[in-house]
Amino acid sequence: MTASGEGPGGGSRAEVLRRVREALGGARGTRPPVPRRYARRLTDDEAVNRADVLALFTERVADNRASVRHVSADELGTAVAAALWGREAKQIVVPADLPFGWLAELDGVRALADTPAVDVDTLAAVDGVVTGCAAAIAQTGTVVLDGGRAQGRRALTAVPAYHLCVVHADQIVGTVPEAVERLDPARPLTWISGPSATHGIEMVRVEGVHGPLHLEVLVVED
Amino acid sequence: MPKFAAAARSALADTGLRRNLRGGIAAAREREAAAAAELGGWDDLREAGRAIRDAALLDLDAHLEELERAVTEAGGTVHWAADAAEACEIVTGLVRAAGADEVVKASSATTREIGLTAALARAGVTARETALADLAVQLGDDEPSHLLSPALHRDRAEIRELFRRTMPAAGPDLTDDPAGLAAAVRVHLRERFLRARVAVTGANFLVAETGTLVVLESEGNARMCLTLPGTLISVAGIDKVVPTWADMEVFLQLLPRSSSGDRMTPYVATSTGVTAGDGPRAFHLVLLDNGRTRALADEVGRTALRCIRCSACMNVCPVYERAGGRAYGPVYPGPIGAILTPQLRGVDSAADASLPYASTLCGACADVCPVKIDIPDVLVHLRGTVVESRRRRPVPPPELMLMRGLAWTMGDPRRYETALRRGTRWARLLSRGGRIRRLPGLLGKWTEARDLPAPPSESFRAWWTRRRP
Ligand code: SF4
Repeated sequence: MTASGEGPGGGSRAEVLRRVREALGGARGTRPPVPRRYARRLTDDEAVNRADVLALFTERVADNRASVRHVSADELGTAVAAALWGREAKQIVVPADLPFGWLAELDGVRALADTPAVDVDTLAAVDGVVTGCAAAIAQTGTVVLDGGRAQGRRALTAVPAYHLCVVHADQIVGTVPEAVERLDPARPLTWISGPSATHGIEMVRVEGVHGPLHLEVLVVED
Repeated sequence: MPKFAAAARSALADTGLRRNLRGGIAAAREREAAAAAELGGWDDLREAGRAIRDAALLDLDAHLEELERAVTEAGGTVHWAADAAEACEIVTGLVRAAGADEVVKASSATTREIGLTAALARAGVTARETALADLAVQLGDDEPSHLLSPALHRDRAEIRELFRRTMPAAGPDLTDDPAGLAAAVRVHLRERFLRARVAVTGANFLVAETGTLVVLESEGNARMCLTLPGTLISVAGIDKVVPTWADMEVFLQLLPRSSSGDRMTPYVATSTGVTAGDGPRAFHLVLLDNGRTRALADEVGRTALRCIRCSACMNVCPVYERAGGRAYGPVYPGPIGAILTPQLRGVDSAADASLPYASTLCGACADVCPVKIDIPDVLVHLRGTVVESRRRRPVPPPELMLMRGLAWTMGDPRRYETALRRGTRWARLLSRGGRIRRLPGLLGKWTEARDLPAPPSESFRAWWTRRRP
């Protein structure tokens, strides 16, 4: 192999690219454009106004077997505390930049901020994690985290058994194309649609393998 | 590896296996149909999916170079492997360099294709499967039988027995309740995840424009692999490339709905290079050819490379539903396996050459395929390739011999009548209960996948001659 054909990782870079070019042949006409006739937004059957979008999101999150509740901004602290009490959580982790008000009503629950980074054994031992999100999708009942404000690093939501996610109503978009447009792929993204599940036994869906066994979503209507 | 028909015959005789396959598959088929129907304009999405995959393949060289650039800029390293052996060598070297003697593995059809687990074992490295069904297959020392649900050939009672035998933490009170089995897997693998220094995964998509690795999964095992260990190695076929991030809006709708029938797969994880303070400190992407360029060179066959491994085609296939996935050999099961495996591996071995015949050409697979691969069309095309490749051999294939022989016999009425008489006598000797399971000699090939009714004692021609006054 000549040095010019080798990428930084080495291996058969030049050979693979040569085979690809040989397989495709020399003259390659122009490519016809990709037909994109599919819907980019919700249809009128699905939602005509914002209230419908929120209702659709709520319905679809529940379909994904997650719990979901609507709260007003000033109820949020109480709602977070109530959810954690409901799970009998004693100790949780939170991203370092979680808004202080979200945890203001916590009583009897210790919240560890992820600064400095909490080690994996602690992550595995805590009773849950509370985060915000970057966007949410009504049509599929999905929340998306991108490591931005109030979300923390990915391990925080991958390891604990319970995830409480706060979604602001204005973060909810209608469809997958709207979400893809809004998200930045340079950031690590985690799209979450319900709790961990498997089809590994007789192709029946069962909740709970490695990820959070319970997902709870609080929708804040401002 | 036995030929498809031989492997299928034993699977067909296993009634427990057939029951396991039928129940699960019928339910999956219904979920998928409902998920596709709910979304208006499903066919428009499929059309876009087809066009994007074609665009990716037809300028694959440019997209691969763009991908390499983007991954490198984001702090990752790209490696190129011409074949399975080279890919295994690269991964083994990386694991050694990281000083690990154990790796956790997720999303693994491609790593299975290259036989990575065995290669790592030879180097003294243990590879732990982390998805429930993959783990069951690994613990049972089995071949996978379905893309989405590799342990589909085992029912819950068998899986319980297996876990009881092989998981130290699973006590005798483990029941066959699937939720309990899932919990046992969680416990069994937890420590391994927390201690793992290297993870090896596959990829569902690689976005050329941004260098982004996209993985869809439901258990949370791939998220752990992508997040916890310090070194992440992803092995992906060069066919996994899509040109732009915006293209993901199509596949993030097509793939979940056609694979598990979910509106969205529980977890979609995307990862671009290395992110400071979050996830692995080193990311290696191994781009694998291993026969893909051979398929790419065939204008009909290359459409198989559009495949996004959703498994919808196997869930509607009547042959798959009865024969099960393991009859297709160790690479990819079902209709897609029947067109992809012989192209990736070539048709030199009898087993690989038998795969294009593992179909009744009913066309159900083409109707559901989210990227509109005309599987029956490719099957017929590959049958031609198989016969053609055998034509040049010193011993011609039975089809060719048969046709040549027939031409000689039927060219003369006397020869033809003599042959009919003799043939009838022989055939009736071979038959049992009115059916012929296997023709003798070279003709045996044709009866591998079908039984033949025994001919009547007298041919029509003989009867006609006799009854004429
Ligand atoms: S061939 Fe089509 S239907 Fe079959 S797994 Fe691939 S994408 Fe899915």
